[in-house]
Amino acid sequence: METMSLLMNGFAVALTPESIMFAVIGAILGTLIGALPGLGPANGVAILIPLAFSLGLSPTSSLILLTSVYAGAMYGGRISSILLNIPGDEPAMMTCLDGYPMALKGKAAEALAISAIASFIGSFIATIGLVILAPILSKFALKFGPSEYFALFVLAFATLGGVTGKNQVKTVMAAAIGLMISTVGIDISTGVQRYTFNMLELFEGVDFIIAIVGLFAISELFFFLERHAGDGLKQVAINKLKLTARDILNVLPTSIRGGILGFIAGVLPGAGASLGSFISYSLEKKISDKGEFGKGDPRGVAAPESGNNGAASGALVPMLTLGVPGSGTTAVLLAMLISLNISPGPMLFTQNPDLVWGVIAAMFVGNFVLLLLNIPMVGIFVKLLSVPPKYLMPVVTLIASVGIYSVSHSPTDLYFMVAFGVLGYILRKVDIPLVPVILGLLLGPEMEKSLRHALVLSDGDWSVLFNSGLSIGLWTVAILGLVLPLIVGPIVRSKMRKSKDSVQDD
Amino acid sequence: MLTKMSLKTVLLSSVVALSAVSQAQAFEPNRSVDCIAPAAPGGGWDFTCRSVGKVLVDQDYIKGNVQTINMGGAGGGVAFAHTVSKRATDDNLIVAASTATTTRLAQGQFPGMHTDQVRWVATLGADYGVIAVGKDSKYTSLTQMMNALKKDPSAVKFAGGSASGGWDHLKVLMTAKEAHVGNLPKIRYLAFSGGSEALVQVVGGHIDAFTGDISEVKGFMESGDLRVLAVLSEKRLPAPFDKIPTALEQGISSVAPNWRGFYVPGNASKASYDWWVNTMNELYATPEWKGVMAKNGLMPFHKSGEELTKFVNNQTLDIKILSKDIGLIK
Repeated sequence: METMSLLMNGFAVALTPESIMFAVIGAILGTLIGALPGLGPANGVAILIPLAFSLGLSPTSSLILLTSVYAGAMYGGRISSILLNIPGDEPAMMTCLDGYPMALKGKAAEALAISAIASFIGSFIATIGLVILAPILSKFALKFGPSEYFALFVLAFATLGGVTGKNQVKTVMAAAIGLMISTVGIDISTGVQRYTFNMLELFEGVDFIIAIVGLFAISELFFFLERHAGDGLKQVAINKLKLTARDILNVLPTSIRGGILGFIAGVLPGAGASLGSFISYSLEKKISDKGEFGKGDPRGVAAPESGNNGAASGALVPMLTLGVPGSGTTAVLLAMLISLNISPGPMLFTQNPDLVWGVIAAMFVGNFVLLLLNIPMVGIFVKLLSVPPKYLMPVVTLIASVGIYSVSHSPTDLYFMVAFGVLGYILRKVDIPLVPVILGLLLGPEMEKSLRHALVLSDGDWSVLFNSGLSIGLWTVAILGLVLPLIVGPIVRSKMRKSKDSVQDD
Repeated sequence: MLTKMSLKTVLLSSVVALSAVSQAQAFEPNRSVDCIAPAAPGGGWDFTCRSVGKVLVDQDYIKGNVQTINMGGAGGGVAFAHTVSKRATDDNLIVAASTATTTRLAQGQFPGMHTDQVRWVATLGADYGVIAVGKDSKYTSLTQMMNALKKDPSAVKFAGGSASGGWDHLKVLMTAKEAHVGNLPKIRYLAFSGGSEALVQVVGGHIDAFTGDISEVKGFMESGDLRVLAVLSEKRLPAPFDKIPTALEQGISSVAPNWRGFYVPGNASKASYDWWVNTMNELYATPEWKGVMAKNGLMPFHKSGEELTKFVNNQTLDIKILSKDIGLIK
């Protein structure tokens, strides 16, 4: 009941004209970013963080804007999956399987509408899950001492590769790069300078916002330059929408199941949205006796979309309550919260209830906005898909540079941003994922601090790391998270590839 | 209208010039002045610039606007270096500062920089230090806690929101020194990235004691999860903090205000420095500023001009000695 009244207060924040405006702007930008192949939700949020800073938005407005972008990107990813057979972002990959065949059959409009409805249901269910689970988890968070936090960070790193990750070794390398960069600066526990070379700009370490914008946004620019990408992409023409209530009822159970599964996958640190969409698709395929999955079954469009949208909201749970991100995009959101001097964790719910509940309520509002945007107005986004990147990328670069400069007024930050852009380009060239770099950079200092604190409290006794039921539980999950993907991962991935190939063969 | 205004201004300024014979010429700030907040938006320095800037404009001290420039880096070091090297003679610039600035200057964390390179204008309030424990702690008074530390300096572990050697750490050390605890380097301090993170650990029962500022403990104090053993101020604070005893009452003369204020470039003209000092003195007395203080939990603490310069130098010296005592600096 307390939760309900807090949520109502949240709606009071979310329904102010200013909040609604940012939710709508975020939803539009997010859908656009999600729809453009290559620009995923993490990139989208990374590009818009500087914008939020340079506009001088309040923490609540910034977070509403960026969570709407996040949710919008999850919606938008499906558009290019269905029309181009190119996923707009990684979680939308499964949507290609049945979405593109539907479009080929001349049912593109139906596929877009059904996936929008499924996305809405997935998000809606998961946001309710967030409302229920987050306050419980935030009370539970008082039980987390330094040794439990250390185990939790180990868990976050152990599950990083996740089931859908391609190459465990490269994931570890990426995390190690992030950890290395995170050691630069004055060490908080001893006051000692590490790798600062007496440069004042390095005393506080490398700013993660700069690293994120460089790695994601600037490297994207390099990729566009390399491809000489000037033209839009060829897409399937869109038909007139003929959707009956029956069609919607048919995919309703699928969407509900997908939303729940996605939420669970999202809450688990490291698993993320790709897994959410994958498991809900596989489940639907398994439990439906008849149907033509892979050949344009509407349920095959609904399942992954409700799954990945559910996972997106689910990933906010560990980020808000424990300060440990459940996915790449929430890692980026976490970095922004820290930059705004708001420390996520249990205190967030007691100290900034307006912010937390305002954002959660804004997610409900944003979800309705997205549904409206994505059914009647989907044509506009489809048109935007054909905007040549040569007009788009300069705008992205401009926003990123102006934003970064406005945070600190330091040209050094711009050099760093470009340097990270080059690093991001190189890493992506050799297939090293970027998200673990960010997580290493973000969580490294926290992990080091927790370990040191645990050892100071125990006067140097290492067994303190395993002395509570909670920490033993976390260690167990961490070990499972590390070992299971090595066994299950290859099987899952070969299945994903197989189902994808079978579509392309048709 | 325009001529009338300027005539009035001329008359006024000549009166000011006549009355202040010592001043070579009256200083008039530009329409727009800069306030550097040496950190990203959202923190204490940012608040100092923005709130003071607003009052300066509202009260008509500045005709145009006060532009807040966020210049993060090195805990204020980048802004300090910028002020010293690039804007040393700028009369239309103020820079937000606090105890963190003096702490870092004292410990040589801004390499090659010291307090004389800028001119200290005024403080406009402070947040006083507190030492607190969880509700189930065995300590009920600061004296009791200090006695335990005398027997074994690592008996109580402290959590705070500043880095090792930072202000929250120094508060514990200053208090322990005043209470004649030996072997200060043995006192355990766990550094967190923010006061609230440290508080959760203390309230959760993982760490013995919290060192921080009064504004940070309000929530947990009201909910009864936290017992504040002492506030490090000269007198008891106004309600709702009037129940908390000072350290002085418990026989330990430890006073630790985390002040908020400004400095201006070292070679700014004397007339402009005097103008800023006067203006800040007047601003501090306005009801509007009192309202800002009340709303944001700032306690009375006002020093300006010569008095502040002396205070800053003393504080820096104290911190330097203490930091040497505990082996933080050589």
